[in-house]
Amino acid sequence: MKIAVCVKQIPDPATPYGLDPETHLVQRPEDQVLDDTDRYGIEVALQLAEASEGSVVLVSMSPAGTLQGIRQALAMGADEAVVVSDPALRGSDALVTARVLAAAIRRLDADVVIAGTESTDGYSGVVPQQVAELLDLPALTFARRVEATGDGIRIERQTTTGYDVVEAPLPVLISVTAAAVEPRYPTFKGIMQAKSKTVEQPTVGDLGLTPDEVGLKGSGQRVIEVRPAPARSAGTKVVDDGEAHLAIVEALEKAKVI
Amino acid sequence: MKTLVFAEGTPAGPSASSLELLAKAREVGDPSVFFAGEGSDATWAALGAHGATTVHHLEIGDSLPAAGAAASMAALIELEAPDLVLFGLNPTDRDTAGRLSARLGVPLISNAVEIDTSKTPITVTNEILGGTTLVETEFTAGSPHLVVVRPKSFIATEVGGGTPTVTAAPPTGDGPAMSARVVERHEEASTGPKLTEADVIVSGGRGMGAPENFEIIERLARRLGAAVGATRAVVDAGWVPYSMQVGQTGKTVKPNVYIACGISGAMQHLVGMKDSSVIIAINKDEEAPIFGVADLGVVGDVHKVLPKLLEALGE
Ligand SMILES: Cc1cc2nc3c(=O)[nH]c(=O)nc-3n(C[C@H](O)[C@H](O)[C@H](O)COP(=O)(O)OP(=O)(O)OC[C@H]3O[C@@H](n4cnc5c(N)ncnc54)[C@H](O)[C@@H]3O)c2cc1C
Ligand SMILES: Cc1cc2nc3c(=O)[nH]c(=O)nc-3n(C[C@H](O)[C@H](O)[C@H](O)COP(=O)(O)OP(=O)(O)OC[C@H]3O[C@@H](n4cnc5c(N)ncnc54)[C@H](O)[C@@H]3O)c2cc1C
Repeated sequence: MKIAVCVKQIPDPATPYGLDPETHLVQRPEDQVLDDTDRYGIEVALQLAEASEGSVVLVSMSPAGTLQGIRQALAMGADEAVVVSDPALRGSDALVTARVLAAAIRRLDADVVIAGTESTDGYSGVVPQQVAELLDLPALTFARRVEATGDGIRIERQTTTGYDVVEAPLPVLISVTAAAVEPRYPTFKGIMQAKSKTVEQPTVGDLGLTPDEVGLKGSGQRVIEVRPAPARSAGTKVVDDGEAHLAIVEALEKAKVI
Repeated sequence: MKTLVFAEGTPAGPSASSLELLAKAREVGDPSVFFAGEGSDATWAALGAHGATTVHHLEIGDSLPAAGAAASMAALIELEAPDLVLFGLNPTDRDTAGRLSARLGVPLISNAVEIDTSKTPITVTNEILGGTTLVETEFTAGSPHLVVVRPKSFIATEVGGGTPTVTAAPPTGDGPAMSARVVERHEEASTGPKLTEADVIVSGGRGMGAPENFEIIERLARRLGAAVGATRAVVDAGWVPYSMQVGQTGKTVKPNVYIACGISGAMQHLVGMKDSSVIIAINKDEEAPIFGVADLGVVGDVHKVLPKLLEALGE
């Protein structure tokens, strides 16, 4: 089974990202980390590949920088990576991102494409579905459990009231939730091997896309204003000395709950 | 302005988000609805009561709806040329919206909390960084404008409209994308009020320590007639089902009172509950971010505070 996993490099969430005051674009440092959300997709991919003597290729679009995030993903055990990194991509929205990812995936002839349900920084949560449509693939989305059947994939799909069991034949796209698997930690050996794995870096042109189709121009949307949300201020704080529950009773009375 | 609202059929009728979206759509013009799933007279009446004048109905059988719905909607959009197409944030809404945008080659703005149709072009505001920052974006491409709206951004209200005209939506065609099938459905039963409708919510996080300690959360909820919520940390750990998750990837709630027990207050949790009228938090770490939004913050151990609270409430 050949598996392509979409993984995103993002600014480290521990140091919250800033927006460029003029362009309103996310400021992307040289050192970006692997989006934690995508570790689940990588783990599902590795398990499917291990069971079928298959291979796992990472697909990413971001300023390459130090490739720190991609190396983290390779260290988990993926075989190689394709990182589309091109200055023309600045300002690309979700659909453009999906076009770029789809173009990169098309060249791989994958049986299974895996993505997270939503990224930590952008969280628009529609890129996997857009990729599926562009590649004319069925999409098994919001998977909380994934298993291979003879000629396809079966998942448990989270719904608002429970879950559905859904299946589709190959080739197929799967979007996974954090409940799907427990991602493995890279081993020392994995970290060493990651350094010598192939990271292909095609440009937009290499993928058959023109600069007009990507970046701000291709995106059909433009940020016009960024402002702080009306802040909710902190109220009173009490340190529990054995009587703090009374403050809660009082608050519940005031809110007419009791 | 012509607006089309996406609605998924649920066992309880049209999705809650579709009724919220109709409230906004009504403001700007004659809304029609694209309805995917099993319909009924009660469903049409509910949509009509919320202001829908036309319903385009697509039967989906056992296929996963999005691929067919997107194909059918694309054909409908060609015929009807709506300016604005609205979706909720439910799984099937997101699947359909993403596919439709790719199919039509038009942009999509996600996580919207406000849509300003008085401006040309239309602008959409969404929240980033856990709701601390608002970003206003304009569409620079032509219509239709596709928007995925966060729950509770608009308030569903009945306006007493009559039964809408119901017509069959354009056929879906077929293709590989439409080959996903639903083979089983499972509802996870819950007792008490529904999380998204509850007036009071008692939520627990990893600070509860162990799954069995959720029992005291349930007892407090019963005493207050409240629903039980949870963080993703405890849902992923398998302590409680996903249907209880509050936050960015869970439910958005807006109760009168939200009681957060052993919850740190991560950005992705806050985004789902920060609009509660009154927030009460119990956390033993006085630096916990949840205190930044709490009207009443109790710095203490949940295992000490909650039993005393229950006792004081005369459970
Ligand atoms: C105003 C604006 C400016 C932007 N500027 C830039 C820029 O300068 N440079 C740039 O590279 N991007 C840029 N982007 C793109 C952005 O960072 C996202 O990649 C894109 O919008 C996808 O949205 P998301 O992260 O919300 O995806 P979601 O749909 O939330 O992601 C779901 C899953 O899709 C996959 N996925 C999503 N994005 C990628 C990706 N980029 N690579 C691999 N897998 C992915 C992952 O598996 C992820 O878990 C910009 C976007 C906007 C709206
Ligand atoms: C893309 C993405 C989406 C996400 N979506 C969601 C979402 O929808 N909902 C969500 O909740 N999270 C979501 N998260 C996860 C989120 O980032 C946090 O990891 C999660 O909310 C933390 O849950 P918690 O507060 O239960 O646990 P922790 O962060 O571990 O906090 C536990 C808290 O309990 C306190 N505590 C410990 N013991 C006690 C005690 N005895 N008494 C009192 N207090 C105690 C601690 O001081 C601590 O503050 C998402 C993350 C990502 C990356």
